[in-house]
Amino acid sequence: METGLTTLGRRGVSFISKLGGITLMLAKFIASLKEMHRSIGLIFEQLYVLGVKSLPLIVIISVFVGAVSAWQAAYQFKFIGAPLRYLGQAVGKAVVIELAPVLSAIVFAGRVGAGIAAELGTMRVTEQIDALESMGISPIRYLVMPRVLSCLFMVPFLVVFANFIAIMGGLIVSVVGVDVSSETFLNGFRNSFELGDFINGMIKAAVFGLLIGVVGCYEGFHARGGAQGVGLATTNSVVISSVLILIFNFIFALILFRI
Amino acid sequence: MPEPLIQITDLHKKFDRHNVLSGVNLKINRGESIVVIGQSGCGKSVLLKHLVKLLEPDSGTVVFDGQDISELQGRKLINLRRRYGMLFQSAALFDSLTVAENVGLGLKEERSHSRAEIEAIVNEKLSMVGLSEARDKYPDELSGGMRKRVGLARAIAGDPEVLLYDEPTTGLDPITADMINDLIVELNTGLNVTSVAVTHDMTSAYKIADRIVMLYGGKVEYDGTPEEIKSTSNEIVRQFISGSAVGPIRVG
Ligand SMILES: Nc1ncnc2c1ncn2[C@@H]1O[C@H](COP(=O)(O)OP(=O)(O)OP(=O)(O)O)[C@@H](O)[C@H]1O
Ligand SMILES: [Mg+2]
Repeated sequence: METGLTTLGRRGVSFISKLGGITLMLAKFIASLKEMHRSIGLIFEQLYVLGVKSLPLIVIISVFVGAVSAWQAAYQFKFIGAPLRYLGQAVGKAVVIELAPVLSAIVFAGRVGAGIAAELGTMRVTEQIDALESMGISPIRYLVMPRVLSCLFMVPFLVVFANFIAIMGGLIVSVVGVDVSSETFLNGFRNSFELGDFINGMIKAAVFGLLIGVVGCYEGFHARGGAQGVGLATTNSVVISSVLILIFNFIFALILFRI
Repeated sequence: MPEPLIQITDLHKKFDRHNVLSGVNLKINRGESIVVIGQSGCGKSVLLKHLVKLLEPDSGTVVFDGQDISELQGRKLINLRRRYGMLFQSAALFDSLTVAENVGLGLKEERSHSRAEIEAIVNEKLSMVGLSEARDKYPDELSGGMRKRVGLARAIAGDPEVLLYDEPTTGLDPITADMINDLIVELNTGLNVTSVAVTHDMTSAYKIADRIVMLYGGKVEYDGTPEEIKSTSNEIVRQFISGSAVGPIRVG
């Protein structure tokens, strides 16, 4: 009979072997970059499919993220009696440092990472990846590299928009709902804005993008056994990349923001 | 005796604990046409995949043109694979590409042909399989038999030295099947392409084979010409080629 402990042990081992596989996929991706010139067309196609098409979704979530953070900040300010002229600062910092990169990445993992895992998983179980290999075409160069590269560029690209739209969302709520003038809000934001925060956010976004792409490709490549296997790969890709995003985000916080 | 083009020696492969190939030995000479027969699930597709290193053996070797393919990596492996053309049992067409793009992909990625040359080759190969009018369709708009034929056109696009056909005529009507048989024979005799075909279709096997090889119990049970196999006294082979449920082979 299997005890809870052995199950846990087996899960642990399989999780560690997964991390190993993901690292290996990352290494293969990096090695394939030297053949980037051969996949330029594919890269642009993926940039469009994965990135530009995600923009509407990012815009919508960003408006509401900005809006709710302004509202909640105002609510907390009321309790501790902080002056509302700091509202722009509070919203700005939260958005630029944490909310825009992390939430955009999680949404991107759900939309794009899952899509990559499903597409490559289907190609795996229908032998299309074998067919590529049999033709002497490297699936890493042909499939993985354009997708991971697009994720790497597109998450930061989307975060730029997310920053801007979320601040706008916060501004609207402040003006309409909290009765803070737009000048006060924007002054608060401007006075506290630091380029370093923005850049750190971009770096995080790029790392998250890399993670999402590599995990999606890894899961797709290792899909087994028909539609069910593809479904499992898709779910796994979202779960694993979301967890890794949050873990990495915490590590970034420890490194970048020393108390 | 010339050195065989492909030499499979004592090939073993198991999945989990399930032995699929347990000591396959087979020599294939240049220009020969081999047909592999055997029960569903006996490892025919698995054997084909070993030839181009899509699967790697647990033990045993595959030697191609004097070279042990287990040693090939990277560029060398790509060069080996380009000498082969493979038709997958499931056709395995790229579903995001049109028929013409599927057929031309290998040439495009090889970067040794101009766009116009690729176009011409694609048209030629598609007409060879009788699918000229389907060139701009996507795989999901095709019937199973049409997909098979596109897969065949894709396999022959690069004018390979060796063709691996996994059930080339399954799912085709008898007339189209015969056209494909003729094509396989034509490639083999006219262009001296070495071919290895897996099939359940004995009519097709007799027509295209120089030698018929039967896999049974993970090994080569029989290896002989179509003439020999028709008059064999091997009970297993006789049961198989006559398609009888009664005999030494048990299903399931
Ligand atoms: N990638 C794989 N992972 C696990 N098992 C596999 C794999 N590929 C094949 N098998 C198993 O190996 C055995 C042989 O499969 P194979 O596809 O070679 O059969 P086949 O002789 O081609 O049969 P058919 O005539 O039905 O196509 C089967 O039992 C199958 O379940
Ligand atoms: Mg098969």
